[in-house]
Amino acid sequence: MNHTEQLTYREAMREAIREAMQQDPSVFLMGEDVGHYGGCYAVSKGLLQEFGESRIVDTPLSESGFVGAGIGAAMGGMRPIVEVMTVNFSLLALDQIVNNAATLRHMSGGQLGVPLVIRMATGSGKQLAAQHSHSLENWYAHVPGIKVLAPATIADARYMLAMALVDPDPVLIFEHVMLYNRKEAVPKADDCPAMDQAVVRQQGSDITLVSYGGSLFKTLAAAEALTEQKISAEVIDLRSLRPLDTQTLFSSVNKTHRLLVVDEGWRTGSLAGEICALVAEHCFWALDAPPQRVCSQEVPIPYPKHLEIAATPQVEHIVTTAKQIVYR
Amino acid sequence: MTAANTKPHINKTHLHFLLKQMVRIRRFEEKCAELYMQEKIRGFLHLYIGEEAVAVGVMKVLQEDDAVVATYREHGHALAKGLSMDEVMAEMFGKVTGSSRGRGGSMHIFDASKRFYGGNAIVAGALPMAVGLALADKMQNRNRVTVCFFGEGAAAEGEFHESLNLAKLWSLPVLFVCENNLYAMGTALSISESEQHIFKKAQSYGLAAVEVDGMNVVDVEAAAQKCCTAIRQGEGPHLIECHTYRFRGHSMFDTQLYRSPEEVSTWQQKGPILQLKQWLEHNGKLDEVEWQQIEVEVQQEIEQAVAFAEQSEFEPASELCRDVYLESA
Amino acid sequence: MKTITMPSFGADMEQGKVAEWNIKPGDTVHRGDIIATIETMKGLIDMEVFDDGIVEQLLVQAGSEVPVGEPIATLRLLGEVAVETPQIKTTPVEKSEKPSTPLYANNEADYTTPVSTPPSETTAAISTQPHLETAQQAISLISPAARYQAEQQGFDWRTLPMGTGPNGAIVLADIQRYFQAEKSDLNATTPVKKHTHIEHDENEQKMRQAIAAVVSQSKREIPHYYLNQDISLTHALQWLQHYNETQPPESRLLINALIYCAIAKALQKFPTFNGFFQNNRFQPAEQVHLGNAINLRQGGLMVAAIHNAATLTPVTMMEKLKDQVIRAREGHLTMSEMQDATVTISNLGDRGSDAILGVIFPPQVALIGVGRVREVAWVENHIIKPVTIVSMSLAADHRVTDGHDGARLLSKINKLLQKPEQLT
Repeated sequence: MNHTEQLTYREAMREAIREAMQQDPSVFLMGEDVGHYGGCYAVSKGLLQEFGESRIVDTPLSESGFVGAGIGAAMGGMRPIVEVMTVNFSLLALDQIVNNAATLRHMSGGQLGVPLVIRMATGSGKQLAAQHSHSLENWYAHVPGIKVLAPATIADARYMLAMALVDPDPVLIFEHVMLYNRKEAVPKADDCPAMDQAVVRQQGSDITLVSYGGSLFKTLAAAEALTEQKISAEVIDLRSLRPLDTQTLFSSVNKTHRLLVVDEGWRTGSLAGEICALVAEHCFWALDAPPQRVCSQEVPIPYPKHLEIAATPQVEHIVTTAKQIVYR
Repeated sequence: MTAANTKPHINKTHLHFLLKQMVRIRRFEEKCAELYMQEKIRGFLHLYIGEEAVAVGVMKVLQEDDAVVATYREHGHALAKGLSMDEVMAEMFGKVTGSSRGRGGSMHIFDASKRFYGGNAIVAGALPMAVGLALADKMQNRNRVTVCFFGEGAAAEGEFHESLNLAKLWSLPVLFVCENNLYAMGTALSISESEQHIFKKAQSYGLAAVEVDGMNVVDVEAAAQKCCTAIRQGEGPHLIECHTYRFRGHSMFDTQLYRSPEEVSTWQQKGPILQLKQWLEHNGKLDEVEWQQIEVEVQQEIEQAVAFAEQSEFEPASELCRDVYLESA
Repeated sequence: MKTITMPSFGADMEQGKVAEWNIKPGDTVHRGDIIATIETMKGLIDMEVFDDGIVEQLLVQAGSEVPVGEPIATLRLLGEVAVETPQIKTTPVEKSEKPSTPLYANNEADYTTPVSTPPSETTAAISTQPHLETAQQAISLISPAARYQAEQQGFDWRTLPMGTGPNGAIVLADIQRYFQAEKSDLNATTPVKKHTHIEHDENEQKMRQAIAAVVSQSKREIPHYYLNQDISLTHALQWLQHYNETQPPESRLLINALIYCAIAKALQKFPTFNGFFQNNRFQPAEQVHLGNAINLRQGGLMVAAIHNAATLTPVTMMEKLKDQVIRAREGHLTMSEMQDATVTISNLGDRGSDAILGVIFPPQVALIGVGRVREVAWVENHIIKPVTIVSMSLAADHRVTDGHDGARLLSKINKLLQKPEQLT
């Protein structure tokens, strides 16, 4: 593959799956409509023709069943990639993920492991209303025993899957629906940091903006708007929601003395809340202003566009809140 | 059980009613597709075109206080249950005059006064809810039927099996209606089920279950009539598997790689409206004037609904957080 | 019930102005809270409260000039039952059993029967009532980062006026600006400066008058005698250099810290120089509260007590000195600091004077003068060598001590400075 080539997020993810399947015969893709339909978000389009029905497995609408089967297959020596159509549907498999995938290594005293990758779409922005739009990444990030990734850039879409497949434990990958059509040049694999590292996407000195997944680009846009107003914002892309790269987080806050977390999850009990707590615990004496959050409103995501926008973090909220924090 | 209860009155008026209901749904859905492409309607839009006989046939036998629980492909059910075209269209526009104040959109149409319980977009997610509605009726000695529509894809979910078991175990007044259109999104029934006869799965739980031609509205109505009568007489839950087909994609954004145009065309020849119209014409019960009258009336109703939706207001964003909890007095 | 009166911040203070109240009726206050800022002829001074309680009434408005000792507020001590004051009576009773009866219906007092509310309930209602506004006023707001920075620099941020953050919070930028201003020193317009020029001039004039009154009284009443001794700082400086080598710049000590420690410890051994001459008799003080005469940028001087100075090490002494100078210059010394000095040090060394023979601050009985730390030709064992010295002087009240005692005191200070390691 030519490394200067431009890929969409969708294509990058597909390349990653293709590469993994070419390199390791134990890798297979399983999920609803991944084969004949080509993937709900067209990520796996064409892979059925390339790899056949034995490795691109269309499943019935049985989330608990096929995620559980993925767990078993992983224990049995395979390297399954299970696609769950959206995070809302993953709730039907919550039992398998939380009660089985996350616990088996521990409750078997280390005898067993579940090297499983589960991919799913997440987030709002497409007016899919209250059963298809939520960001529940934090529910999973709460659970020890699983790892949670939120690739935002094309490079991460392209390379994080391989890292997740190498990992001996279950890794959940959240793909924000608004990212699939983004297009960027893909750098070399070597330039992609380890999957558990946060990355400073923009250097700054006045305030640290922390974000991940679909909110990253809103945050970067806000940082740009802030620059025009002479506020220098540092933008951190968490990439990994569990484990959290607290070192990158803390050193940034110790430098800027101010924190704003942008998180599409609901505010109450959010990952943003966890990050604020960590910073309060570890960087208290470095803080020059109370840590703040821009999160989704405490309401199921409504259908109409204007209400969906009002319910979720937007560039303008980020800019306004950041300005309040730097008190300018 | 008397013969009069089990057999629909097949007279001209009755059939014209069924035909018009199906045409209402068909033309409404066609209008929705058009409006979707104009970006008046957003989100996911799942059209009922091709499957109209199921909703129309079943709904004909229901009484006003019977409940309906449907899926995300529910515009037809909503119209057949008696929701106005105005409120359904306004809902899809996201307007405050919509059946759910615009909050739900295409997939979440609700009307409590009509006992229309959505509009549920998690496959099989509403089956347990239907069981609960029926349980409440039974516990309160109300002789009402809860009808639960779902696709054959739902039969793969655990909730389908759990719901059927509970309904039978407690002998609840539920009518499960499986709209078997052969594809769960793009996944064919043939590659997703070991036992592809859904009604047989129900039978294994002890439900009285039948299969019917879902493209024939009269057959659907007759089956529903029979089941509802039995349910009202306390004979417990029933299931009807309706063999049907959606002529359009799963949603608006579907390239339909999973089926051939020939297959679609074959099914279109058996279309429920076409079938009934041809039968009526053949038997001298529908002339061109009558047909045109149906079309014109439906067209007027749709135009009115679109105008209503267009003219309605969006709810101000300041109202965003209402209806999360019951507003205190 | 406790009546709070206009405090006396010094023997020469006759009246004060309540510049600002930090409390209002109903507020809960705790011992040590700053309840008001009092404007004296010497400048603004924070007024502490010495009891825990609930403010019942403010008897004078902000801006009022009040003679010392006059009541300015009343405090209900914790545990006391509320006294029905007119203010409380006019508070609408929310628990009225007849909400339809308007309280304002007429002037016939017996109509509205607030008396039926049991006193205990009234107490509870008042004491549990949250006073969020006041909480914000009472607590100086400062960000953790600003606070940390301030403490690193060794001064008490509580002395800073309002910051530029939300609700007047002091933020990092305020601290940084403050220190920049400190560097440019006599540049009088620091961003944290509070007073206008007109107020400034008035205050300066008042302070001049106050100093005039005090020194006149002193020279009129106190028979001073004076002694002077040059003290070699060779050992002290060696020790200091050694100590500072291991410290980051902000933690390094100055020679004054050692000198002040030596003075305080010597005074503890010679209690007749540490105390007050009042009503024709001398009363020694129990502790050495070293009054540090601080010259103010805007002119005039102020004496701030370093409490329990004999117990301080050079390190803690250094912290106190830094802190106090800054606060004194901002007019934010506490009442006890203004009042408690038992003896005074006057240090003009950094202004270039070799020695100082000072004026005692009544009713104290001694003043130690510290001159310029300078290098001189020093003869020791018949050899002339360059040595860094300081001239230490004593002005003492002859009614209490004689020159012999004074000489022993200075000698003791000298001895202590020759063994600086023992000061720690």
